[in-house]
Amino acid sequence: MSKYSSQEMVLNMGPHHPSTHGVIRFILQTDGEMMVKATPDIGFLHRGIEKIAERLPWQAFMPYTDRVDYVASVNCNLGYAVAVERLADITVPERAEYLRVIAAELSRIGSHFIGFGALLLDLGAVTPFVHALRERERYNDLMEMLCGARLTHNYVRIGGVAQDAPDGFAEKCLSFVDHLEYEFIGEFNNMISFNTILINRLANVGVISAATANDFTLSGPNLRGSGADFDLRRDEPYSVYNRFNFDVPKGTGKFGSLGDSYDRYWVRIEEVTQSCRIIREALRKMPKSGDIRTRLPKPFTVPAGEVYVRTEAPRGELGFYLVSDGGKQPFRVKIRTGSFSAMTIIEHISQGVMVADLVAIIGSLDVVAPEIDR
Amino acid sequence: MELHNFITLIQERLAGKVLSVAEMKNDDVMITTDREHFAEVVAILKNNSSFRFSTLMNQSGADYTDTLAVMVNLYSGFLRRKVTVKAFLQRENPEIDSLVPLFRGIDWYERETFDMFGIRFLGHPNLKRLLLPDDWEGYPLRKDYVYPHSYNGMETGRADLLDVDAAGEAHV
Repeated sequence: MSKYSSQEMVLNMGPHHPSTHGVIRFILQTDGEMMVKATPDIGFLHRGIEKIAERLPWQAFMPYTDRVDYVASVNCNLGYAVAVERLADITVPERAEYLRVIAAELSRIGSHFIGFGALLLDLGAVTPFVHALRERERYNDLMEMLCGARLTHNYVRIGGVAQDAPDGFAEKCLSFVDHLEYEFIGEFNNMISFNTILINRLANVGVISAATANDFTLSGPNLRGSGADFDLRRDEPYSVYNRFNFDVPKGTGKFGSLGDSYDRYWVRIEEVTQSCRIIREALRKMPKSGDIRTRLPKPFTVPAGEVYVRTEAPRGELGFYLVSDGGKQPFRVKIRTGSFSAMTIIEHISQGVMVADLVAIIGSLDVVAPEIDR
Repeated sequence: MELHNFITLIQERLAGKVLSVAEMKNDDVMITTDREHFAEVVAILKNNSSFRFSTLMNQSGADYTDTLAVMVNLYSGFLRRKVTVKAFLQRENPEIDSLVPLFRGIDWYERETFDMFGIRFLGHPNLKRLLLPDDWEGYPLRKDYVYPHSYNGMETGRADLLDVDAAGEAHV
């Protein structure tokens, strides 16, 4: 071998690797520090949730939707509930809709803390992750107050929510979002977001153009990071999202080129502020009292038919394709998740990057392993 | 565009290639076609300048016991409309043209549908099992799927601890 010849090496990353966010395996073809290709290998967390759904009554599937994306379980509950309600023409009481929006937006905040916190952790910045988790702890307390669980909330029901908010919840919630918007985000940005090392690690890394993102079915913050102006909460409103005033943050190429990892990171930071706005407005507009759940007929059946309903989850479009044969159980449930789409693009954009940058790309796409495999 | 006008437009442009065009819940339109015209219909919906369904939302399969089916959900930001295109397939030899040339992101969706239903996508660059191991037998989301008792010598069932034999041992 001559002095300057290169040799390709196949390197195994995962399934148990600290920076793969769960059990995912990558087969890396490397040439020194440069990467020729990274091929994802998934399926380690496949639990057959879609098959389980076909064997359970419609309502009993709700706790399983928690496990689709355990980092933002209320959003998954909500996606399933909205899909079933659209198929069965169920109306939801006003107060329940507001409670859903508040819980879903709190979940989005909690999920983004893990999203960008874990990205920073993967890049070697341990302290900001601990700060993000400190705030997530307050979110956990709030959710515990609301529904009794700290991780898999199982809060939304078909036709409403499980419990009404207890006394003192609104005040606590308000002080949490005020703290986030006016104190924490600024402090966090000063600590890490404008740090030169972080900018150098993320800017111009893993650039995805809006057209490529659309071609690879990216959605949510990953799509908006590429500059696309599309948010299902605004453009295809479900629940009562059409009553709120909020901006849709999108990538601008803040420190590098449009659609790089920094843009995706920054979109998530901005979305936390927007979620705070929605929660504050929802707390103000929420009816002071009222029903929280529609009574469902017993036994509960859904008229035969098919529907595809998509909602905006923290990791992008969460779609439920439901087929009902008129029975007590779903005939077919297909769950389309944001992380699944985000994984498909990794093989494409990882060509010719440094091995260390792959970690930044995976982190900036914010994939959660159980959501990929279901 | 009004839903009624939209359905008429589809029927006009896709005449002879679709079996039925019907309204669907959630402001959606269900287009049923056959496997010969499936890829062509999706290509027209994507490329025709009066439709521009350039966003793929979802792809999935289903087992309707007598037939299998493949469906894709498309979105057009231009029309702000959704459509669902569905094609029924024979149970014996389920094959359909792959949509990878139209949407690169559909690659894994088709692999998953192959994995779960055994539907083969003609022209797919890498049609292998995605979620299950390569040596897995059967297609789990089919309605006639029989749960295996073991996989490579590992038991897949769980012992009923109350059901013990004379020696006090529980069996799977």
